[in-house]
Amino acid sequence: MADQAQHRAIEPDDRPPAFSVGAVGWLRTNLFSTWYNTGLTVLILYGLYSLVPPMVNWLFLDATWGDLPAEACREAAGACWSFIHEWWRFILFGYFPYDDQWRPALALFLAIGLLVVSCNRMFWRLWLVYVWLASLVVIGVLMSGGVLGLTPVSTRQWGGLPLTLGLSFVGLLVAFPMGVVLALGRRSSMPTVRAVCVTYIELIRGVPLITVLFMASVMFPLFMPQGVTIDNLLRAQIGMILFAAAYLAEVVRGGLQAVPRGQYEAADSLGLTYWQKTALIILPQALRISIPPIVNTFIGFFKDTSLVIIVGLIDLLGAAKTALTSPEWRGFYREAYFTVAVIYFVFCYGMSKYSQWLEKYVNVGTRR
Amino acid sequence: MASVSETVEAGADPVILLDNVNKWFGEFHVLKNINLSVDRGEKIVICGPSGSGKSTIIRCINALEEHQRGSIIVDGIRLTHDLKHIDAIRREVGMVFQQFNLFPHLTVLENLTLAPRWVRKVPRKEAEETAMSLLERVKIPEQADKYPGQLSGGQQQRVAIARSLCMRPKIMLFDEPTSALDPEMIKEVLDVMIELAREGMTMLVVTHEMGFARTVANRIIFMDGGQIVEQNEPEQFFNNPQSERTKLFLSQILSH
Repeated sequence: MADQAQHRAIEPDDRPPAFSVGAVGWLRTNLFSTWYNTGLTVLILYGLYSLVPPMVNWLFLDATWGDLPAEACREAAGACWSFIHEWWRFILFGYFPYDDQWRPALALFLAIGLLVVSCNRMFWRLWLVYVWLASLVVIGVLMSGGVLGLTPVSTRQWGGLPLTLGLSFVGLLVAFPMGVVLALGRRSSMPTVRAVCVTYIELIRGVPLITVLFMASVMFPLFMPQGVTIDNLLRAQIGMILFAAAYLAEVVRGGLQAVPRGQYEAADSLGLTYWQKTALIILPQALRISIPPIVNTFIGFFKDTSLVIIVGLIDLLGAAKTALTSPEWRGFYREAYFTVAVIYFVFCYGMSKYSQWLEKYVNVGTRR
Repeated sequence: MASVSETVEAGADPVILLDNVNKWFGEFHVLKNINLSVDRGEKIVICGPSGSGKSTIIRCINALEEHQRGSIIVDGIRLTHDLKHIDAIRREVGMVFQQFNLFPHLTVLENLTLAPRWVRKVPRKEAEETAMSLLERVKIPEQADKYPGQLSGGQQQRVAIARSLCMRPKIMLFDEPTSALDPEMIKEVLDVMIELAREGMTMLVVTHEMGFARTVANRIIFMDGGQIVEQNEPEQFFNNPQSERTKLFLSQILSH
């Protein structure tokens, strides 16, 4: 064996062949590596060619901009952004009194600003909780008025983006802990607790959201004592919370089941109580695992708030639809829905991107 | 036949006492009339083929498994359904698992201080000092701020031992602590365990490391089919096994 041992001097590094690096190399490997890959590339290029220029034309070049009457729009070939110019405040704020619309605008700024700040881990401190509590009070005051010389505004007049964001945010804020408790309950060793949680989850999941909203809006008042009325918005909010909690419960349960049994045993063997074990060992791991499906549920819930239109609430989409019913501006559906879609997309894409970052961040230590 | 299961060592001060313990997994009778008495400071190695019930015994001692008949008394506390008794026993009994079971979302130091701080209510600073001194003892103080996933198997298992010791247990249970380790890491874990034994810890170790059993054990218990087939001091156990089953087992594990 020994005489097979060889020794070679280390060769200097050579450059790779020209066709495998740089732009040409990238094109070769990614777009034109095989005949069917080349075919696909050509097909997609053709698709883009036939879609993009007309869209650019409609969106920008042929579009009507600025403060023009509807007639001018109808003559133009492109999009009628004059419609949005005319109606944007209604779409954003609904029937909120026109002169007081700085109030929901300020509330929106505050809420969105705070959300963005809260996403940054630099600010994950206790004081942030207090800032949130204070801001929620301020937002409530801005929206309802009635104090500090602000005109009272009934929740019936709330609408547009603040309504959509408010329903989603408050809804998730309450539904998430509820979902966690339901998920824990479903895995409980106590049969009664388990039965209650399973029944709740299965009942709610077996029913469309529209039905839950109708029930909350129409049937709920029947069970109330005479003379007690609950605000329509609150009823819708409760309906949404009940619905979201059931879905989140199942998502969290998936995470709980993915935590290895050894983690439970290690926590037990150290003498931790059930709640210590759950809060310190199991939930942190289970929630980490379930970030993607949780955010998926959040995004779905955010968009589902548009269904509150059926119980008479004018959310972002509802306001756009209402704007379309004005006789003068009838028929500009594409502009209305496109605008609303862009707003929804911005929020949903933001959530999605943040969840990707969060997933990476919380897994820093556990990555092997 | 001084070595058959009925003969419980006549120690004056048993810290663990199993009396006719029986356990079933569904229909399967895993533990059959187990009688065992462990003295304070005694080191016991439990061996036997897989499925013989050796892990189940030690998992019953800290109530990770529930026994269905017979009685278990640990440090004077009778193990019942009462959660208070179970928690009281778990505070006194440390356990080391085959798969380490460190908490992956916490750093090594947090793994060590979690139970003392929450269960024993030790102040944070004190808990961290204890944790660091134990990490010194298992020779990895420099890993304190790392996460378990960043350590080798042997290091993880030493952290797991330190984590148990942080609760200042009177008894340590080891459930095949070296079975999931690469060969070159087994020694570093066994060294820690040998040192622990020298310091007088009461230890019950389920293992196939017969070298460790020879050096450390006061008594070796051989189990098969849910029963204690034979128990004896190491010298006698290896050189003069009594039952045919034990002879067969020893010939199989010592032959290679």
